[in-house]
Amino acid sequence: MDIIGTLKGLLTDSGFASLMADGGWQNLLMIVIACVLLYLGIKKKFEPLLLVGIAFGCLLVNISWFYSKLSAGNPDALFHQDLWDAFLDPNDPAYHSYGAILAHGGLLDILYIGVKAGIYPCLIFMGVGAMTDFGPLIARPSSLIMGAAAQLGVFLAFFGASQIGFTGAQSASIGIIGGADGPTAIFLTTKLAPELLGAIAVAAYSYMALIPLIQPPIMKALTTKKEREIVMKQAREVSKTEKILFPIIVTIFVVLLLPSTAPLIGCLMLGNLFRECGVTERLSDTAQNSLMNIVTIFLGTSVGATMIGFRFLAVDTLKIVGLGLVAFGFSTVGGLLVGKLMCWLTKGKINPLIGSAGVSAVPMAARVSQDVGRKFNKNNYLLMHAMGPNVAGVIGSAIAAGFLLKVFGG
Amino acid sequence: MNHVILDASFLRVGEAGLTGLLGYAVVFTGLCLLLALLLISGGIFKAKAKKAAAVVTPAEPTPAAEAKTAPGTAGEVKLYDVPDKEAAMIMAIVADKLQKPLNELRFISIKEVK
Repeated sequence: MDIIGTLKGLLTDSGFASLMADGGWQNLLMIVIACVLLYLGIKKKFEPLLLVGIAFGCLLVNISWFYSKLSAGNPDALFHQDLWDAFLDPNDPAYHSYGAILAHGGLLDILYIGVKAGIYPCLIFMGVGAMTDFGPLIARPSSLIMGAAAQLGVFLAFFGASQIGFTGAQSASIGIIGGADGPTAIFLTTKLAPELLGAIAVAAYSYMALIPLIQPPIMKALTTKKEREIVMKQAREVSKTEKILFPIIVTIFVVLLLPSTAPLIGCLMLGNLFRECGVTERLSDTAQNSLMNIVTIFLGTSVGATMIGFRFLAVDTLKIVGLGLVAFGFSTVGGLLVGKLMCWLTKGKINPLIGSAGVSAVPMAARVSQDVGRKFNKNNYLLMHAMGPNVAGVIGSAIAAGFLLKVFGG
Repeated sequence: MNHVILDASFLRVGEAGLTGLLGYAVVFTGLCLLLALLLISGGIFKAKAKKAAAVVTPAEPTPAAEAKTAPGTAGEVKLYDVPDKEAAMIMAIVADKLQKPLNELRFISIKEVK
């Protein structure tokens, strides 16, 4: 037995050797980025349920990618970017062929099918619907205006992205980060700009985790002390029948208005109907717990798998991170400005701080409104009032995504 | 560092601005129409609730008068949505817990808590 030859073979075939190969440094850098994301998720608790999965998917794919740049010929690779590039190439025989993915793909390729087909974001939306009480929105429907206004960042970031070198479809995917709604951002990006999925998902979830840091300075800058101290009256009680009718009315109306919103709005409202109708407790429980948890694992790891070194380490990723911050900031501004307008129209009955919750990110943004409100008036409880614009923002961002999908999806 | 732009359809300033404005307007229109729908349905429910409250208020004493009495208690115990058998069981349990004979206890009413 040639011991020296065997050892040499083991060394040259190992992932360590590939660090020195062409482009190997990119994988090494991605492993460092994955570890930083893991630190942020675990230690700093930045959206840990998704960020830990995304970071670990990123870690796995960059290690497995080490073996060969042409991973299609490598059965050890967990994710094969070239298969997905072929899937999107109309001139390739494997164009839109899930069969090719199943035949040649690795574990993360197969899990990624659920992202590509738009299944996971919709199932997550079902869970969100099953967990959401739309009562505050039904009791005060004017919250919808704040939810609409808080989509300002989506369209401003879209405009900005389109002027700094991104295509229309890519700009739309970047803009939707401002909707502060992870599943919606992933859904739209997989449809319009799958090549940016990793960067957009990481930016969206990181900024959602940073909402308690991003929003308060903007809230303080745009409101007066007197406005922040406003105590809102309790909204009317909402009957069970109204809560049951709400998801049905919203589905019929919004899907008729914009059919491209059907997957997101349909699943969100189905989950909510499970919750409210009172006869499907088991389904509601499954949607908000077991199903949600399983899908979160699949979604996180497979989105992380798209963060391959040579694709992720691009100037565009930095631009996306910057534009994401712009989108979040302006969405907060939009919600607050309409909050101020409503405060003025109602002669001080509405605290404008609840407007910032219109950026979705349920319930984090509503909690921020509550915290800022209480800082200025210890007896002020804005949480339930802020939940109205907060859940309105979810519907608003789904409509924004539906519009962008309609314009750029065809 | 490299760029990952794959699609070739770039937008001019005017096109992008118009698309952005139109999108924002669509979101506003959609949610404003939904607001109108919710205001209408909310109004209907509020009116119904008001009507129901107006009907219930004067009729409140009626159920007390109509409540049937438990058997074997000289017609003293009023039962609200409680069958005779369950009422007898409850009275027996209370008597047992208090260690008192049933005929020394006086039950006013038994009501099911929903």
